[in-house]
Amino acid sequence: MHTTTTTMTSAMQLPQPAPLMSRRAWVAFLAALVTLCAVVPVLNLWVPESSLFHMSDYAVGLVGKIMCYAICALAMDLIWGYTGILSLGHGLFFALGGYVMGMYLMRQIGTDGNYKSNLPDFMVFLDWKTLPWHWTFSDSFIATLILVVAVPGVLAWVFGYFAFRSRIKGVYFSIITQALTFAAMLLFFRNETGFGGNNGFTDFKRILDLPIATPATRMTLFVMTSACLLGCYVFARWLVQSKFGRVLQAIRDAESRVMFSGYSPLPYKLTIWVISAVMCGIAGALYVPQVGIINPSEMSTANSIEIAVWAAVGGRASLIGPIVGAFLVNGMKSWLTVTAPEFWLYFLGALFIGVTLYLPQGVVGFVQKMNAKKQSGEKA
Amino acid sequence: MTPDLFEQGAERLATHQARVVAEVTSGDRSASFGRIHEPGSLDLTHGRILYLEDVHVSFDGFKAINGLSLDIAPGELRCIIGPNGAGKTTMMDIITGKTKPDSGQVFFGSTIDLLRHNEPEIAQLGIGRKFQKPTVFEQLTVFENLELALKTHKGVAASMFFKLNGTQRDRLGEVLKTIHLEDSVRRQAGNLSHGQKQWLEIGMLLMQDPKLLLLDEPVAGMTDYETERTAELFLTLKGKHSLMVVEHDMSFINTISDIVTVLCDGSVLAQGTLAQVQADERVIEVYLGR
Repeated sequence: MHTTTTTMTSAMQLPQPAPLMSRRAWVAFLAALVTLCAVVPVLNLWVPESSLFHMSDYAVGLVGKIMCYAICALAMDLIWGYTGILSLGHGLFFALGGYVMGMYLMRQIGTDGNYKSNLPDFMVFLDWKTLPWHWTFSDSFIATLILVVAVPGVLAWVFGYFAFRSRIKGVYFSIITQALTFAAMLLFFRNETGFGGNNGFTDFKRILDLPIATPATRMTLFVMTSACLLGCYVFARWLVQSKFGRVLQAIRDAESRVMFSGYSPLPYKLTIWVISAVMCGIAGALYVPQVGIINPSEMSTANSIEIAVWAAVGGRASLIGPIVGAFLVNGMKSWLTVTAPEFWLYFLGALFIGVTLYLPQGVVGFVQKMNAKKQSGEKA
Repeated sequence: MTPDLFEQGAERLATHQARVVAEVTSGDRSASFGRIHEPGSLDLTHGRILYLEDVHVSFDGFKAINGLSLDIAPGELRCIIGPNGAGKTTMMDIITGKTKPDSGQVFFGSTIDLLRHNEPEIAQLGIGRKFQKPTVFEQLTVFENLELALKTHKGVAASMFFKLNGTQRDRLGEVLKTIHLEDSVRRQAGNLSHGQKQWLEIGMLLMQDPKLLLLDEPVAGMTDYETERTAELFLTLKGKHSLMVVEHDMSFINTISDIVTVLCDGSVLAQGTLAQVQADERVIEVYLGR
């Protein structure tokens, strides 16, 4: 009896679970890994500046920064592209991760600040005598690493729990996240909050007692960011390939059917929401030592919207799309803000409208469609 | 041994067997106080799998369900008909936990109070529901749709590390055959025809292995051929599962029904075989207009 049923199903050939990544994707992945973690350091540090192949510090800094953005775009794709929940407040989680790292970097300045005090300069300026309570763990690097994950994670969990439990969806959810990041920005702008007010944190000197501005340190940060981006990509790929990922897509497409199939959507939404927030927090923590500044403008609503634009331009629900989108949009941004700074915002708006109207699947989706067309054309 | 002794023996055997069969469905001979009841398990000893009593719901003063009482036996196929706005869909909403009634009782078996559970819990207890408009996961393949519906642990961690085992694959294959979608395993559910989507949704219910199926207009938009196949499917499900079918297609109901319940203005208007209710004066009145 048993053998007959097995032959029956094998005759029907049910699909086998897909591998984590195809052979081609693994090759591309390894190529990216080697390029970012070996080729770029060599080109930047060891190839002489006069050489054509030298990669400038500016380029390294720019790519490093964009990779942080790409992690955010990837996080946005998990929550928006796969689960259908548009967050317009992801900049907040990014900034929180950045602030946690910034606090540590401020403490690393030690007594080398302008006022030669143990306290960060802005506290001396405000005439504070001791560190506020929330700076307690800021001198420990280990605690900082934990808090980089925990602060955005816990905030996302609490906010998400109440929002999803109340079944807040769609545009209402987006507006609330937008309000959340705006409120946080106003809070961080205040001096008495203890985060340096509108100046935020800057003028970092050291990280792990090593000077922060040396080429070696910068390159280490660059390599770590690359590793993080690639790691996040593989993790995200694993998530969306699992049944968990398919439940997320099911929630996006027909949430009521998910419920009547016996799944409670709340823990699913909450899990991916927290994962997404934590990824943004990590990106923020990598971003701050590379650019050397963090201030409340990172929490501005425009920044959060930009994250969504990267994901939309690159192509939602494809994982690679948002990374491509982050590179495309930010590459154009760094070029345009130099050549024609006044047009950048118009251009961004036009880009968003254009992509929504003509490339609903984003750039990557468009390329895939073209490839598919070409292939079917060749077959016919 | 004489022939009439044989006859007597055969008679006794028949009576005994009839009694055993009766006990499975109604259990009127086994005392309910002597059994050990496991919490969460379905108690069918009173011969009723679903039991609604005096349920009332109103939306902004409009009484959608008005003193509805209804019960369904295990293995029964019950058809529900009624004019638009009679409360058929609202009734299903109440049973599946989507809508909370203002008053009344809703029991699954003799012991499970459905009003204390939410939608996913009710689905896990063994009530499957098909919506009026076919609702499948359009971006996923037929295979993935069925896999998601499969009865298994449905927590987050369980889903992350889920792997289909052999028995589950066989079950999936069986259901695929039942719903005639073997050739479309890899197709995206969004690309199926309307009737195929209906079938896929029914297949998803079967994957959940429910004890009670609520089917809201299952043959709407199906071709005659598909409708016929669906009728066959329902007749094979009858007995193993209990079914509650809301339909407008009278010839379909005629093919599958035993007992038909007519709902009107949120309560039961008439109940009986299709011929009986069609002959009922009141039913004719509500259907033909007053």
